[in-house]
Amino acid sequence: MTSVQIEVLLQTVISGIFLGGLYALLGIGMTLIMGVMKIINLAHGELMMVGMYIAYALFSFFHIDPYLSIFIAAPALFLLGVMLQKFLINPVLTVESILPENQVILTVGIGMVLSNLATIFFTSDYRSTPVEYATKAWYISDFWKGSPIELSISFAWSVSFFFAVLITALLWFFLAKTDMGKSIRATAQDTDAALLMGVNVKKMRIITFGLGAALVGAAGCLFIPIYYLYPDLGGQFTLIAFVITILGGLGSTVGAIVGGLILGLFESLTATYIGMGWAPIGRFVIFIAALIFIPGGIVSLLKKQRFG
Amino acid sequence: MKKFLPLVLLAVLAVLPLLGLSTYLLHILILTIMWSVIGMAWNLLGGYCGQVSFGHAAFFGIGAYTAGILYSKVGISAWWGIPLSILVVTIFALIIGFICLRLRGPFFALGTLAVGVILRVLAENLTGLTDGNLGIMIRERTWVGKTWYFYIILALATLAFILVKKVIESKLGYYFVAIREDQDAAESLGIDTTYYKTIALCLSAVMTGLAGAFYTSYMGYIDPKVVFALHDISIVAIMVVMVGGVATYWGPVLGSVIMVLLAEGIRSIPRLGAAHHTFFGILLIIIIIFMPNGLTGDISKIKRLFRIGKNV
Amino acid sequence: MSALLEIKGVSRFFGGLAALSDVTFNVERGDILGLIGPNGAGKTTLFNVVNGFYGPSQGEVFFNGKKISGLKPHQICALGIARTFQVVKPLQRMSVLDNVIASAYLRVKSKAQATKTAADILHFTDLYDDRDVPSKGLPLGKRKRLEIARALATRPEMILLDESFAGLNPTEQNECVDIIKRIKGNGITIMIIEHHMKVIMSLSDRIVVLNYGQKIAEGNPEEVRNNPLVIEAYLGDTQGA
Repeated sequence: MTSVQIEVLLQTVISGIFLGGLYALLGIGMTLIMGVMKIINLAHGELMMVGMYIAYALFSFFHIDPYLSIFIAAPALFLLGVMLQKFLINPVLTVESILPENQVILTVGIGMVLSNLATIFFTSDYRSTPVEYATKAWYISDFWKGSPIELSISFAWSVSFFFAVLITALLWFFLAKTDMGKSIRATAQDTDAALLMGVNVKKMRIITFGLGAALVGAAGCLFIPIYYLYPDLGGQFTLIAFVITILGGLGSTVGAIVGGLILGLFESLTATYIGMGWAPIGRFVIFIAALIFIPGGIVSLLKKQRFG
Repeated sequence: MKKFLPLVLLAVLAVLPLLGLSTYLLHILILTIMWSVIGMAWNLLGGYCGQVSFGHAAFFGIGAYTAGILYSKVGISAWWGIPLSILVVTIFALIIGFICLRLRGPFFALGTLAVGVILRVLAENLTGLTDGNLGIMIRERTWVGKTWYFYIILALATLAFILVKKVIESKLGYYFVAIREDQDAAESLGIDTTYYKTIALCLSAVMTGLAGAFYTSYMGYIDPKVVFALHDISIVAIMVVMVGGVATYWGPVLGSVIMVLLAEGIRSIPRLGAAHHTFFGILLIIIIIFMPNGLTGDISKIKRLFRIGKNV
Repeated sequence: MSALLEIKGVSRFFGGLAALSDVTFNVERGDILGLIGPNGAGKTTLFNVVNGFYGPSQGEVFFNGKKISGLKPHQICALGIARTFQVVKPLQRMSVLDNVIASAYLRVKSKAQATKTAADILHFTDLYDDRDVPSKGLPLGKRKRLEIARALATRPEMILLDESFAGLNPTEQNECVDIIKRIKGNGITIMIIEHHMKVIMSLSDRIVVLNYGQKIAEGNPEEVRNNPLVIEAYLGDTQGA
């Protein structure tokens, strides 16, 4: 390999990891909801789109930095999630119907309404937040004069990645250390047992949906400085989140992190070496391979090792 | 009397074009009948066999592109797509079934959803075969008027209706419903669930593909975003069945009438046109919460509602 | 001639835990074999292995001298082993008759034949009057009988009954005992899981006792009743009752 080829490869790997970190955040929200409520939220990407538009609106009208708008978008999405769960999804869980996938179809309906409302309010034009640091980058030669290769790291990407890691760590702390986090985990593992232990399962479901929505809303704020925004962008991210959860293992936060990183790397490599348009195909090749070869996700492989 | 109802309806539909309907009305009728074919197809797999597909656009698109590619690359009439799409769609359905049918419940739904997207991306990128986002334009229209298109889709719909009815009343129908109700029980009662699910998928896919092949000849233009659309094809297919009636013969027909009229109605209102997905979404949410088995499926519920209304 | 069903050294692990370990026994043609043991002893797991839901981790299962372990449930059913479920799994939105017709199609081609088989079996199991009721509307006792009817409609040589008495009142229990005796009278071999000691002792020709996934005793009801291991593991606390 020539040094240029190495540079391209390293650059690709770095952007893959950055993308993967953001994907992980997206996947964790989905996997939390899936684990606790046993439903698949197909409006997940649309919720992120809502988060992005909140950040966009705050930036355009009040010049609030997208990273700061996490503190507004995440609580707003939490509320939205809580209301969706309470007034739409919960009633459907008890409706008797021939098709058992009703709640999945319901979330599709919610997603349709959200993206269409975004079109009405913001039109279908592509939007972005032109922050002044958008094109700023760090160069490896700035830190290490004699470096044999040159790499550039986008400032916005690295900040977004840093926040993604921070939020993931905070979530980890919440789930592992707080009483409410423990209750949520108990509900995910065994709803009946959690009920017997006195966990308010209904409340945990509502909170979990809110939390999942808040996480994906935050992910939206991290995406907008580095991505463009349009109303139909949600569907593609719903699929990404779903691929991550399948890849990582349903309901597993560790799996979502690993799955997110793998997917980010893989997409980045596909985009560099095969072509931008093929990245979605790479995504689904991973998806189908995971379904066929590791049906329980990466987490199941880890578990098998332990018991082996 | 009830037995002759389908024949009466068919006869009425058959004479409609002779009454000199406007081109627009005929267009609406053609769309409605085409959607009822797709609805019947989805209903066979989803309503009866319980395998909820979020990716029927895949089969619609394959049918449409079979016809389109025959015209643009082979240089023969796109109408050949109708017989040939049966073969092409079956092959795709077997491959897709092999991958997706090992998944259960919502995971099957999402697997099919992913397949739909994969095929769209393929159609966008395999420009040598599909001309990518440019789409395929059929330059020579077979007929100027719409009458013959109407009769062709009516014939397809009639065949589809008869096929579904025959299948459901046979051993296959019993097996499909058994699989829907409890896959483990069905398997332990000697039903090869994978095999019969594959049959249901192939039948459903072929019917959808035929509608797609017809679409190419009728509309004269296809592109990946239109024929592989998630919301406007896959989800509408589900809605046609859910609104009309899950696992009923007439549900998809009724559902397509409602959905096509609704779509046209909303689009024709000047300021609301852009919001038609919102209306569809809200309708979907309402149907799922209040009438999960559709108008014909929950007919007793509706009657009860009206009775209560009268008493009060 | 060898036994109808031979279970040879079957083990089944779940993530390192043995739900069954090295279980071996035979079921003779025409017999009723009772399978008993405390909760979690591995009885239903054994059914699931015989019926093909799980492959055995070790060991083999033979039916009519043919190896059936590794086959799928529908193949095993076609070979002549039908089963019922402890938690009943009726095809909820189908009528009682349609439930049985769906199973009867395994052996016949035409709808007329399937309907006739189904009607005969509904008479046999005393469910004919309920034939048009959607099966989710049936009371538990009849749903348990519907499970048996469905299994019979596949024309099995052997039938596995998983707790067909649980939750039934005494009248329903007697009806069920009656049906099981008549099934045996038709020459069908039966393996039955049951907690109700009096019923199992009176019905069974032979009894196998499982505890923690291991076979701890086998014999006729008298032998099992007096086996000290069984008394310790299982009957000890119920003998006084």
